[in-house]
This record gives sequence, C-alpha cells and structure tokens, in this order.
Amino acid sequence: MGEIKLMKGNEVLAEAAIRCGCDGYFGYPITPQSEVMETLMVREPWKETGMVVLQAESEVASINMVYGAAATGKKVMTSSSSPGISLMAEGISYLAGAELPCLLVNVQRGGPGLGTIQPSQADYFQAVKGGGHGDYKLIVLAPSSVQEMNDFVDLGFELAFKYRNPAMILADGAIGQMMEKVELADYKPRWTKEEVAEKNGDWATTGKPASRKKNVITSLEMASNDMEVRNINLQAKYRKMEEEDVRYEAIQCDDAEFILVAFGTAARVCQKAVEVAREKGLKVGLLRPVTLFPFPKKIIKELARKTAGFLSVEMSAGQMVEDIKLAVYDAGSNARVDHFGRMGGIIPTPTEVVEALEDKFSWELSYGVKRSY
Amino acid sequence: MELKEVTKTEGTMDIQDILKPENLVYQKTKLLTDTPMHYCPGCSHGVVHKILAELIDEMGIQERSVGVAPVGCAVFAYNYIDIDWQEAAHGRAPAVATGIARVNPDAFVFTYQGDGDLASIGAAEIMHACNRGENILVVFINNGIYGMTGGQMAPTTLEGMVTATTPYGRNTDLNGYPMRITNLIAQLPGTSYVTRQAVHTAGGVRKCKRALKKAIQNVLDKKGTSFVEVVSTCNSGWKLSPVAANKWMEENMIPYYPLGDMKDSVKGEHSEN
Repeated sequence: MGEIKLMKGNEVLAEAAIRCGCDGYFGYPITPQSEVMETLMVREPWKETGMVVLQAESEVASINMVYGAAATGKKVMTSSSSPGISLMAEGISYLAGAELPCLLVNVQRGGPGLGTIQPSQADYFQAVKGGGHGDYKLIVLAPSSVQEMNDFVDLGFELAFKYRNPAMILADGAIGQMMEKVELADYKPRWTKEEVAEKNGDWATTGKPASRKKNVITSLEMASNDMEVRNINLQAKYRKMEEEDVRYEAIQCDDAEFILVAFGTAARVCQKAVEVAREKGLKVGLLRPVTLFPFPKKIIKELARKTAGFLSVEMSAGQMVEDIKLAVYDAGSNARVDHFGRMGGIIPTPTEVVEALEDKFSWELSYGVKRSY
Repeated sequence: MELKEVTKTEGTMDIQDILKPENLVYQKTKLLTDTPMHYCPGCSHGVVHKILAELIDEMGIQERSVGVAPVGCAVFAYNYIDIDWQEAAHGRAPAVATGIARVNPDAFVFTYQGDGDLASIGAAEIMHACNRGENILVVFINNGIYGMTGGQMAPTTLEGMVTATTPYGRNTDLNGYPMRITNLIAQLPGTSYVTRQAVHTAGGVRKCKRALKKAIQNVLDKKGTSFVEVVSTCNSGWKLSPVAANKWMEENMIPYYPLGDMKDSVKGEHSEN
C-alpha cells in the first residue's frame, strides 16, 4: 500500500511526475491547472531526483522545450488548459510527426476563445482528432478521479514510450481542482544515461559516438513517396494502439437497455445517474471510455447488438457522440445514439441526465424497447 | 602551418609525393559529410557549416554535440555535419535547444537560424532563451531576406531593398525598420559573448572561426548564451552573382550591421553598449 494523502488533482499530477522518474517539466501558468507547476516549484525535485522544472515564456516555447528534451530520449512533460493547448498545437503536430514520446496534460476549461475557467470537455475533438495539422493521433487518457490523475502519469509515459508517440491526459477543471483521497505511487528512479541509451539509443539525440550513425529527429521529407511511407507507418502504429491498448470501464451494462457513455467528470455524474435511473426501474448502464484514442469501438459494437440506445453525456455540445455513432454504424445496429450536454463550464446533475434519457428515448420507453439485433 | 621539406629534384614534386599523407596541408574535416550541399554557389551557409564542423572536430566535442536545425535554407543542416541533430519548427529552435540543454547539462547544444526564423517568427523564443542565459550557442545567419521561400522581406531587410514582398523596395512607413536584433540580444544579462562576423573574405573566415571557437568554449564553460551573427550573402535572393553579392554586402549590409564584438563577459553582467 502506497502513501495515502488528501490532494488536489493538479497537485497529484506534480507529485506523480516526480515519483515516476520524470526528467523534466516545462510549463506556462494558466487557470485551472497552475497548481501543477506551483506544486513542482515548492517541491524542488531537482534537489531530490534531479528532475528539471522550468517556467517557459509561453505555451509555444514550453511545448518546444518538451520536443527538444523528449528527442534526447528522456521522460518529459507539460501541462496546460484549453487556450494553452491551442497554442501548443503546432508543437504537438511536430512531436507526433517526429514520433517523440512525451506526456501532455490538458485540464480543460470552457471555450471557445478565452471562454471560462470553469470545467469543460469541449476539447475532445482537439485531443482525439488531431488539433494540429496533418494525419496524426495522440494516445488520450481520460481520468475521472484524482486517483487516476496519479495513475495516468506513469501509464501515459509507459504508452508514450511503447509507441514513440505523445500521450495526453485529458482532464478537466473539476478533476484538477477537486480534492480526493489518493494512494501515491512509490518512487521510481529516473533513467540513468546508460538506461536511456539502452532503451532509446537507436533514435534519441544523445550525442553521436564514433560507433554509431548520427541520429536525426525530424518530421520533414522532401519526396512525397517518402512522406507517404512515413504516414503509412504512423497509421499502422495507430491501428496497433487500437488492437492492444483500448481501456474502458463498463458499469451495469450486462442487462442494460440504455447505455450512458461518458468520460471524466461527466462519467462520475453518470455513475450516480445510473443509480437514480435504476431506482425508477429503467435498465441503464454506463460505459466509461478511459482511452479516448484508441476509442473503445469493439465494446460499443458489442453493446449495440443488445441495447436500444446510447446517450452520450458530455460537457460539450456533443463531440464523442460522433465516435459512438460511427461504431454503432460499423456494427450495423439500429440502436439509436443521442447526446446530452451542458456547456460553458456547467456540470450536469444526475437528475438532468436521467430526465434527458427519458426525454430523448421517450418513444422507446412508451412503446417498448425494439431489440436491434 | 609547418611546411614540409622537399626531397626530390630541387623545387619539384611528382604526383606521388603530393599524395603522401605527410605532405598534406589541408583536408576537408571528417565531420563534414560527403552529401552534396544544396546551397547556391556563393552562399555563406556552406562556409559557416565548414567552420562549425572543423571546430566540433578540433575541440573534440562530437559526442556531446546536438545541433538544432531551423526552418529556412539551413533546414537540411543535419545532412552535412556528422553529429546528432534535431529539426525544430520555424523560429522555435531556442526553445528546443533549451529543452535539450536543461535535461542534458553536459551536452553542447547549438541552434543555427536565419533572420526570418530568429528575428521574426522566433523573436520571443530567442529573447527569452538569451535572457535566461541558456548554455547554448546561437549561430545567426543574417542575409536580409527569406531565402528558402523565395526571397521575401525579412526583419533585417535594408531600407529600400527589393524583395519578393517589397517589389518597390522596403518602405519604412509600411514595413518598419531593419532590425539590429543582435544589438538587442547584447543588452540581455543572460548572454556572455555576442559578436557580428562575416565570411566573404579569407580574413573574415578566420576571424569568424576564432569567434565561434570562443563562443563554443563559453558554452562549454557554462558562461551563458553565446550569440554569433554572420552577415551573409544570398546571391539568389538578391539576384546578384556571387562576386557582386559580396561587394553589395560590403557596401550596403556591413555599414548598417557593423562587424565586431558587442559583448564579452559572463552571464549576469550587463553590456556596456
């Protein structure tokens, strides 16, 4: 059993980074995630583990510092919130193009524009579909508790290095700001120079010894044939993620006639909504995608064959709902997919979710569930 | 340079003598790869690459070196010097170099940037990297024009100078003034050695090599940021022959961008100029 503490989600990100042997954090202040860097600066990990912490002049700079440090084969990260992630979009595209492992955290707030500092999930498209230019994917992890903020730091690095790809923790202002009990991980030492060379020496710019060819980190190919090959290889990598690293949680889905699909804070609300609905006699389950990319298509396809409808509950105008529809379409199912969301930084209540379910699926509820398989 | 004694018939050498290793007076440094350079004839990039490759070899720091290539004509710098390289996004090289240097304090990290990259789109990154006093070398090629994209105006384009986006000459009412960014950099306490050089003459090449050697040594000694501007030609962009471009540079660029050291101290000290 690890050390147990009561901590904020943002503080836990910092603590988990130090404990998992992270080599560097580069960031820029933005609400509601500023506690990440503040906690690191108080902890002074450079004295303890040798981890570097640097406040950059902008998010544009911090993501490029991550690029430079990641390209030397070290475990480095940044965190920000929605408008800051938009500024990082260029750098994230370069990181994905150059296949650099690193950890990014988006503690989302409401948008568009300057928006609000209240929690939101409206950056789903940006995180899952690309956000920057070109055909690329991030590994996207959606924590729904402070404990998962802790766990996903280590998991994010593990997946990032497994695939040589940036991983993102897509949290929101509620998970970042709220305090919960958390079991902290034990300390793992930072990789030694020898370990970095052993694990990443075939690509990382660690300095060229006479014994090997020079390592060059770039996303540039002048010949379109070469660039297409790069893209084909990237796509093959993304397919492998879909085969091997989908994560989700299915709650009371076995006998469910309606499935709520929600991640992060919205999933917490939906967990209560399932209880409220079941008290009313409605057979409702919850599917919580933990990886937003790779998206849990297979389980949705399976559920689509025995479920009347899916309600995507999001703190946005409806983004993940499109991926659910694609999966249900692929399954050849007649299950209906609808969306309920609140925007502008508002968290829906469980009662609102159940009312929305009753409203949007009133036909099925009045005339009986038409099995779609 | 030590001259070798000639042992054959007085005053003559045959080809076999000339090829003997002991008669070698000059060779391409082994750190310069055999990849044919894509630079235009007369361009300063090739000379500056050669100097850097020679110094990295002579100073024995190949294993510690990580170069950061820019977006611009030198985007392929990584094809020519046999060290580890990273390709940065346009203007971001100083931030990328910061990341490398911070988590690898023993590395010798340098950026190689043009005027559009450094003084325009990357103005914030270069100012802040220098202000933090990152232990990196910045090589700044100033030819007053965007070479790779086809000869558009740069922040350093001279007043009245014709470019693809100033077809009637740079008009200061419209486009502002040519930027002496190196003078601004010299004001920052994070920098240790700030100098402006040119490589259009044999003497210039030697001076530039001395300056770069000192700059590299400062980085190795962790004295802060070293910044070497090289006033350069772009004969393709300027639409001049290599010889005419050198002359034009001497008559127009160097009066506005005078050569010489602007700062020589250690991090934390303010420049006098």
